[in-house]
Parts: sequence; structure tokens; C-alpha cells
Amino acid sequence: MVEFGLLQNFGFDVLFKGSNMLRLLQGLWVALRISLISVALSIGLGLIVGAVMTLKNPVIKAVTRVYLEIVRILPQMVMLFLVFFGTTRIFGWNLSAELSAVIVFTFWGTAEMADLVRGSLISIPRHQYESGAALGMTLPQIYRYIVIPQTVRRLIPLSINLITRMIKTTSLVMMIGVVEVLKVGQQIIEANRKASPNAAFGVFATVFALYFIACWPISLLAKQLEKRWKDA
Amino acid sequence: MREEMDNQEVLLTAEHLHKEFDGTVILKDMNLSVKRGEVIVIIGPSGCGKSTFLRCLNGLETIQGGKITLDGETVESGGKGIAGLRERIGMVFQSYELFPHKTVLQNITLAPTKVRKIPRGEAEKEALELLERVGLEEKKNSYPRQLSGGQKQRVAIVRALAMHPDVLLFDEVTAALDPEMVREVLDVMLSLAQQGRTMLIVTHEMSFARAVADRVIFLDDGEIVEEGKPLEFFDHPKTERAQRFLNTFTYAKVEK
Repeated sequence: MVEFGLLQNFGFDVLFKGSNMLRLLQGLWVALRISLISVALSIGLGLIVGAVMTLKNPVIKAVTRVYLEIVRILPQMVMLFLVFFGTTRIFGWNLSAELSAVIVFTFWGTAEMADLVRGSLISIPRHQYESGAALGMTLPQIYRYIVIPQTVRRLIPLSINLITRMIKTTSLVMMIGVVEVLKVGQQIIEANRKASPNAAFGVFATVFALYFIACWPISLLAKQLEKRWKDA
Repeated sequence: MREEMDNQEVLLTAEHLHKEFDGTVILKDMNLSVKRGEVIVIIGPSGCGKSTFLRCLNGLETIQGGKITLDGETVESGGKGIAGLRERIGMVFQSYELFPHKTVLQNITLAPTKVRKIPRGEAEKEALELLERVGLEEKKNSYPRQLSGGQKQRVAIVRALAMHPDVLLFDEVTAALDPEMVREVLDVMLSLAQQGRTMLIVTHEMSFARAVADRVIFLDDGEIVEEGKPLEFFDHPKTERAQRFLNTFTYAKVEK
């Protein structure tokens, strides 16, 4: 009779078999790599699109509005399928799964980021621009010293929330064949079905912990910045 | 009391100023010339265009006709030299509009260091001197949200002064303040008038207007209805509209 230990009961034992833990960490890195590239692109593009969205041009307003609505309505998984599977036949593109994921997450993140930028920019009262102008400041100076610093303070907590959402949502990319942390977890569970029937708990709990470790510091940073800028 | 002013140079003028917005005429054929050192108080019922007039004078509002000049140079909203002219026309707003992300000292030194390009140390030294004059030197490192309304408005005045403007525009600067804070702000303005500053003041504080003004301008429905020395104007207004306006500030004793 095999003696069951706590590790085995909850299925954590598989993590110590072979290089399983290392494989999970590599999978986490894949997920983080996709999200970090997408986040960086989304922030850069979102700043530009968000600034453009504050223009009063009706055409720009309509186009960006439609873009934002599409992104909000369409499930990310449908977007992933559309870009990865859909474009292959129609356009003959042979996009790798990881590139497809980056495209979809950037398309989504840019829209969300742009809306945050737009909201933060228009929340700066007109009087702030005027009191800068009344002091003889030029428009570039008003933006640089008055508007942008205040916008950034409003923006950072909001965009950090978006970043953690993007990291979490990368778990969807396993659906188009990217072997990221969740997929590696499934593979480990499958491979040990007989030897460790409880592996599902241990592996997924570990995946949960890994996501937590990745996102928690970012949330902490957001809290910290909010506290520091409470005065402003 | 200031007879010598008659032969002093004209600093700021508005000629045939016409302003409309979406087809509604807000100011019509306004003419005003302000001499250096003169204190002009503009009064009138709300909606008469007095704040808009003040905002036209430093180009915060576009005008549809007429001309505004400072020292002979044309003030034009969106014009090429507008930033340079605004440097010389200080403005204080009803809602203070301090920069919330900057301390009191940073609020005051921002424009002098970035616009006038004077060294930070020098700007700070002057800012502290000015703060001391309005009794707020110990607030130099506070943020605007930590100040009372009256303190914020005094900082806003100091911020305008730090640019060494030729003219100061005050747009209902005490209208948003609690009564006990109105005095501390008006006292600062009185002392500026004593120093011989050129000022245009839009206000509803009639006893203050009487005390501070060299000339009172009564605006109604977008035009200058009456102007004169404060004592004449307040005690013997010539026009019926001015009489009616001034009467709204007095109350008859209730008979019981």
C-alpha cells in the first residue's frame, strides 16, 4: 500500500518530477512576454490615439468611437480566432500564434488605453489651460508643465489596472496553440494522469500562484503611486 | 486725490470692442482707456458681460470687432505675440485655478522660471518675499488642496504678481469665498492699489469698490452705461439703470 502524503493528496508532487516546475515557469514567461510586448505597444499607441480622440473633428470621433465599441463588444477569444485562423485563408497570411496574440492584445489594449487617455485629458478643466495662458505660457508649455503632469497622475492607476487585466487575459492564447503557462499545466496533468490523479489541483493552484506573483507587484505599485499623488 | 493721473500715459485701451457668441451680442462698442496706475472697478448685473470684457482684454476670448492695445501693441487671441503680451497682463480668476499638482512655491515660480527664464533661486527668493507680504510664507510647501479659499486666492494673486505684470485683471476674485475670507483678499488688493498698480477689478463688493476705485464703470447688457469717480457714481448715479442696480444693494427697514 502506497502511503499518501499531503503533497500527493493535493497533487503538488508532479511539480517536482523532472523539469515540470521549470516548464511551468517557461510557460509563464511566454504569457508575460506576449502581455508585456502588447502592453508596451498599447501604451504607446494608446497615448497617440487618446490624444487624437480629444480633437473635435467629427470623422475622427466617429471612427474612434466605432473602434472602441468593436473592441468592447467582441470577445477577445473571437478576435484571436479571427486573426489567427481567419486571416490564413482569406489573406494568405501565415501569422505565428504568438504574433497573432500580440496583434489582438495590442488592438484591444490600444482602444482601452486610448479611452483612458482621452478621459484623463478631458478631465483637466479648461481653466487650468487658461490660468497657464494668463501667465504668458505658450500652448506647448501649458501641456508640458500643467496638463500632461496632471493627466499622467490620473492615468497611471487606471492603466495599471488595464495592464493586469491584459496579463490575465493572455491565458486565452492557449486556444490558438501558444504553449504558455496554462497549456504547460494541462500537459503536465495529462502526462501524469495515472501516477498523480490529483495533479489538476496542484498544477492549477500553482498556475494561480504564478499569475498572482506576476500581477500583485503591479497592483502594489499602483497603490503606492496613488498614495504619493494624493496631494496632487 | 489723483489729479496728476490726467496727464499720465495710457497703458491699455479697448476701442469699439465688439464680441458676440453664436449670434448673441455680448459686448457692443466698448471703449475704455486705462492709464498707468489707474484702478478701475467694473460693476454691473450678472450676465452683463463684465467678466467676458475682462477676458477679452488678455485675449482669452476672441473678439469680432474693434481693437485692444497694450502699450500700443495689439492684443489678439491666437495672435503671434499673445503669450508675450499676457506676460504683462496678470489675471486672477474667481475659482483661483492654482495648479493642483504643484506646491504653493512651485505654483508661483513656474511661469517666472519657464516664461521669463529667470534662475530658480532668484524666482524662489522673490516668491517668498511676495508670500510674506500676504502672510503665507509658512504655506510655501503646502499643496493647494490644503489651503482655505482665501489663502488660495492670495497665492493666486502672488502668482500673477511674480510675472511683474503692467496690469492686473481681477475677475470676481472674492465671489466664491466665505464672507470672513473676503476681507483678507480685498486687503491684499487694497495694498496693491496703494502701491500704484494698474488694476481692473470686476466685483460685487460695493464698499470695496468705493474705497479702491479711481474710476467706476457700470456695465449693463453689454455696454458701458455710466462711468465716473466712485463717490459721484455711488452717491449720485446719473442714469436710471445705475440707480436701479445700486438700489438692489440696499434694503428698507421692515416696518412692524
